[in-house]
Amino acid sequence: MSRRHMIDLDQISAEEIEEILVTTDSMKEVLSREIKQVPALRGRTVVNMFFEESTRTRISFELAARALSANIVNFTARGSSVEKGESLIDTVRTLQALGADMVVIRHSQSGAPYLVAQHFHGPVINAGDGRHAHPSQALLDLFTIRERLGQLAGLKVVIVGDILHSRVARSDIWGLTRMGAHVTLCAPPTLLGPSHYWLATWPGISISHRLDAALEGADVVMALRIQKERMQGGLLPSLREYSRHYGLTPERLARLGEHTLIMHPGPMNEGVEISPEAATAPNSVIEAQVTNGVAVRMALLYRLGG
Amino acid sequence: MNNRKQILTPDEMRRALVRIAHEIDERNGGLQNVILVGIPRRGVPLAERIAATIADFEGVLLPVGQLDITLYRDDLRRRGMAEVGKTSIQHDLTAKVVVLVDDVLYTGRTVRAALDAIADLGRPDCIQLAVLIDRGHRELPIRADFVGKNVPTSRSEHVMVHLREIDGEDEVVIERTKAEQ
Repeated sequence: MSRRHMIDLDQISAEEIEEILVTTDSMKEVLSREIKQVPALRGRTVVNMFFEESTRTRISFELAARALSANIVNFTARGSSVEKGESLIDTVRTLQALGADMVVIRHSQSGAPYLVAQHFHGPVINAGDGRHAHPSQALLDLFTIRERLGQLAGLKVVIVGDILHSRVARSDIWGLTRMGAHVTLCAPPTLLGPSHYWLATWPGISISHRLDAALEGADVVMALRIQKERMQGGLLPSLREYSRHYGLTPERLARLGEHTLIMHPGPMNEGVEISPEAATAPNSVIEAQVTNGVAVRMALLYRLGG
Repeated sequence: MNNRKQILTPDEMRRALVRIAHEIDERNGGLQNVILVGIPRRGVPLAERIAATIADFEGVLLPVGQLDITLYRDDLRRRGMAEVGKTSIQHDLTAKVVVLVDDVLYTGRTVRAALDAIADLGRPDCIQLAVLIDRGHRELPIRADFVGKNVPTSRSEHVMVHLREIDGEDEVVIERTKAEQ
């Protein structure tokens, strides 16, 4: 309970993840009530600092803070003094002087949350920074998998798609491997980079460039979004070709067992990395991921907010 | 270990719970709409024992729920975050008679938090409080409706309730902290 910030899952123990998942379960019960609010963080002020666009993560943190009775203020770079050239550090100092107790930050620059943590007196939660980390997303993935399959240890989880640019993949690999799951990364070489980069950090994971082989015996398949905004020409021949080789198409859906969970962190490019059929299949838990996101973020805000 | 004194033996605990069960029955003649709600951890097995006892002599098995009050505590800020436990109440509390069950009544702050939590879960007709031990030193205007044993204590003493479901044995002991010896 002594953690101050939640910036990445690299330093977190399996025991701590377990505690967060247990807290999440209690928070989910709160969200199932008619009055979905408890007074735990009454009088606290959380600032949602979003330097990058986001729907689900920003609203999810907002709902989580409100469910704990905290005050939440949304800060977006657009329309703020950032446009007049105010630096990140000055912005954080200003928010602190205005009375912020906690900061949730989304930034396109990897590492930005560490800088914020150095200049802010309270807890900092990373809501996604560049390609680096997205810990609340990984924790909600862990929670959703365990909720459906009852465990994490020993499961085979395939992460397919634009892994090179993905902060979700990095945080998921930390979380899944720490909880004893087997992770297989699957992507075209241009969207993965050199294998030794991944194996140096996570020696236990598998790497594949063929999705059909990778899906053999998979308990979970997690499709990542093709990040069109991060694509500098030449990484992919065409979206159609990508979809044929790496998309969760209706044909691949038919070959997957009914028990293989289908996940996607959103927002989806339907028809590219995932077909509408796969997204809405009975074994898809994509909506559950969104719903569980609020409970996970409540658990993080509560545990750090003390 | 002369700083440790047993104040309830297993038999005395059993008799106290049987008496509380009868008092709950008598107060709520017919036991219509009564639900027992234990406050974790030790309030929950106590509520279950009271329900089992009432079932023995009335043939009515009352519903038992559990209510975690951590998120309603007034000392979260002062003492830091505590682990949150489970709340599980299968019944709508509106128009019910809720009997809260806890092991020890001390400052009354836990009960205050429980009352707030219940208000968020529904609108019972009535809330009653059953405790195994009332050790005094109330800081809020709260009293119990059903008490197993009143125990005068000083604030430096610890009252510990051990239950076989959690601790492997039934007893209540009172311990004096080192500084007081």
